[in-house]
Amino acid sequence: MPKTKIDVPGEVHFLSILNEYGNLDKTLEPDIAEDVLLKLYHYLLLGRRFDERLISLQRQGRIGTFPPISGQEAAHLGAVATMRPSDWMVPSFRETAAELWRGRTLESVILYNNGYNEGVRIPESSNDLPVSVPVGSQILHAVGLGYAIKYRQKDDVVMTFFGDGATSEGDFHEGLNFAGVFQTPVIFVCQNNQWAISMPRSKQTRSKTLAQKALSYAVPGIQVDGNDILAVYAAAQEAVASARSGEGSTLIECVTYRMAVHTTADDPKRYRTDEEVAEWQKRDPLVRFQKYLKDKGLLTDDGIEATEAEITEKIQNAVDSAEEEMKSLGNPLDMFDHAYAELPPRLIEQREALARELEEIQKESNHG
Amino acid sequence: MAKMTMVQALNLALSQEMEKDDSVMVLGEDVGVDGGVFRVTDGLIDKYGDQRVIDTPLAEAGIVGMSIGMAVYGLRPVCEIQFSGFSYQNFHQIENHASRLRWRSQGRFHVPMVLRTPYSGGVRALEHHSESREAYYAHTPGIKMVIPSGPRNARALLISAIRDPDPVIFYESKALYRAFREEVPEEEETFPIGTSQIVREGTDLTMISYGTMMRPALEAASILQEKDGVETEVIDLLTISPLDDALFVQSVHKTGRAVVIHEAPGSFGPGAEIVSRIMEKAFFYLEAPIERVTGYDIIIPLFSRENSYIPSAQRIVRAAKKVLST
Ligand SMILES: Cc1ncc(C[n+]2csc(CCOP(=O)(O)OP(=O)(O)O)c2C)c(N)n1
Ligand SMILES: [Mg+2]
Repeated sequence: MPKTKIDVPGEVHFLSILNEYGNLDKTLEPDIAEDVLLKLYHYLLLGRRFDERLISLQRQGRIGTFPPISGQEAAHLGAVATMRPSDWMVPSFRETAAELWRGRTLESVILYNNGYNEGVRIPESSNDLPVSVPVGSQILHAVGLGYAIKYRQKDDVVMTFFGDGATSEGDFHEGLNFAGVFQTPVIFVCQNNQWAISMPRSKQTRSKTLAQKALSYAVPGIQVDGNDILAVYAAAQEAVASARSGEGSTLIECVTYRMAVHTTADDPKRYRTDEEVAEWQKRDPLVRFQKYLKDKGLLTDDGIEATEAEITEKIQNAVDSAEEEMKSLGNPLDMFDHAYAELPPRLIEQREALARELEEIQKESNHG
Repeated sequence: MAKMTMVQALNLALSQEMEKDDSVMVLGEDVGVDGGVFRVTDGLIDKYGDQRVIDTPLAEAGIVGMSIGMAVYGLRPVCEIQFSGFSYQNFHQIENHASRLRWRSQGRFHVPMVLRTPYSGGVRALEHHSESREAYYAHTPGIKMVIPSGPRNARALLISAIRDPDPVIFYESKALYRAFREEVPEEEETFPIGTSQIVREGTDLTMISYGTMMRPALEAASILQEKDGVETEVIDLLTISPLDDALFVQSVHKTGRAVVIHEAPGSFGPGAEIVSRIMEKAFFYLEAPIERVTGYDIIIPLFSRENSYIPSAQRIVRAAKKVLST
């Protein structure tokens, strides 16, 4: 038998619609209603300003360590904007703007970042899972949700998020393979922000793209300019439509950049140059989209100022109300809540022991 | 002698072992250029190069599985799992292979590797960054589980762990990484794995603990002496498995009373094993039921409530008084 070439199906495309100079490819421009465009702008800006505020709160010791999103707002917002409220979002930990879009409150983000379990509560109106810190681990949950949706013959879809580093974890590969085998309605969104803490994308894998990893599992993969919200939106819209119509999964690699620290405990000066950051600063997703909206006549300088003012107030109110709420939280006994549907006897004993101890401490401090 | 934090002392141990033995390798996420997220491996890549200080892709199963292969070949890998909360991704490699290759090959191969990983709460960390799950490893036959409590013993134990012919899980307390400095001699120092230590002598009560909890235990012992004149003997286990029961059994023979302290959840925790050994080997010497002071049987809460979860000196004093009052 001769050695013959096998035609392996699949190819990888790169999609860019609104480039870093703000130039638009009109033939590819997605048809997005004006109010949605403005809402996207609002959340892009909210994501950015909220991030900045969280960093300053962290520096002042008013919240703990957290992972900033600056520079990546378009990559996750553009994707979730194509979903219906009844769809599911399965996040990792760097999609705050998308979570806000989906209905998570600013207050809950502050509570979570300040170490209150109350901050992981998902609003009843939303189907989203809470953030997932163990890298890549949430990807398979999305596939399970997708399988269940299909089994129940619903037409909802699931969108899961993860970083470039996560593509090295087994869970990522298992997730894609399961999605391929079971043809689940799952959209895999990789925010390739070029870094996994100190590991550059080039050392994470020798593959040219992350999108191509899907091909070995017979799942289509596409790479998009993740700082171009129109490209992210267009790719996600197509992937969502295909998942909804029963055609299975897609992997979307959003090429973006982590403008800030990995978390507030990290010092990027140890591993990357200021020049690199400056280079990416020029590709800021926010500036680009602002120009697009202005060119379209949807946004004026006054409009921008008004949005800024509205957002500043929204954030201030959220910080105030979260800090107010925290005063009434923190009862240590609450840590036993939600351990099980029903607290087992041993835990009831432990809870009572702690309650007695707290009472005694209270008495002692009254005496002292 | 220089005064060092535990981070610096661990760095010294790694550096000296790498200098001495070119089969010692360091691998893990962010251990090279970044020097580790806690800086334990800081500067090693500059001294020993990227062939021996390996920044790996983000995959814990990969790191541990590869370490096993390197160890079988004769290298001495010291891998870092960035937080013990992410060591479950590699648990199958420990349970299925590292712990049993000696047995599975009937002694032909062995796995002299060390898995270093930070554990415990108390540093206002993110979710999944504060657990204490030493029981998983102590429960796994074929591996050794070590938890130092200060810069000097951390340095000595890490060197012993690297030279140990069997796989060692080496838990490092985040709360102790920079909590205090200690004199650490420049010249080599080892400490035998499987050996505990009396860190405070006493005749009335025995306290048994390890790792992060040594500080509240010692604080409780001081409070008991100052306020009530109680002389507490405090034992630092240092190795959880194989458990050195001889020292604490001997101590209980003397004191007749014991309190066991750990941060991990109480049920099925190391304390349960320690108490059983006392029952087996010192039952007729006991004057009172033994008390355990541990974390509750729940997931450690996010950091605003973690101090109510983590055993405090006050909680230990209370338990001690209960034991002393019978
Ligand atoms: C399983 C696991 N291993 C290690 C970590 C520690 N850690 C947190 S984020 C991170 C890098 C993640 O990189 P990437 O997937 O690219 O996401 P990014 O942080 O860039 O958004 C690491 C190593 C973790 N959270 N989970
Ligand atoms: Mg990344």
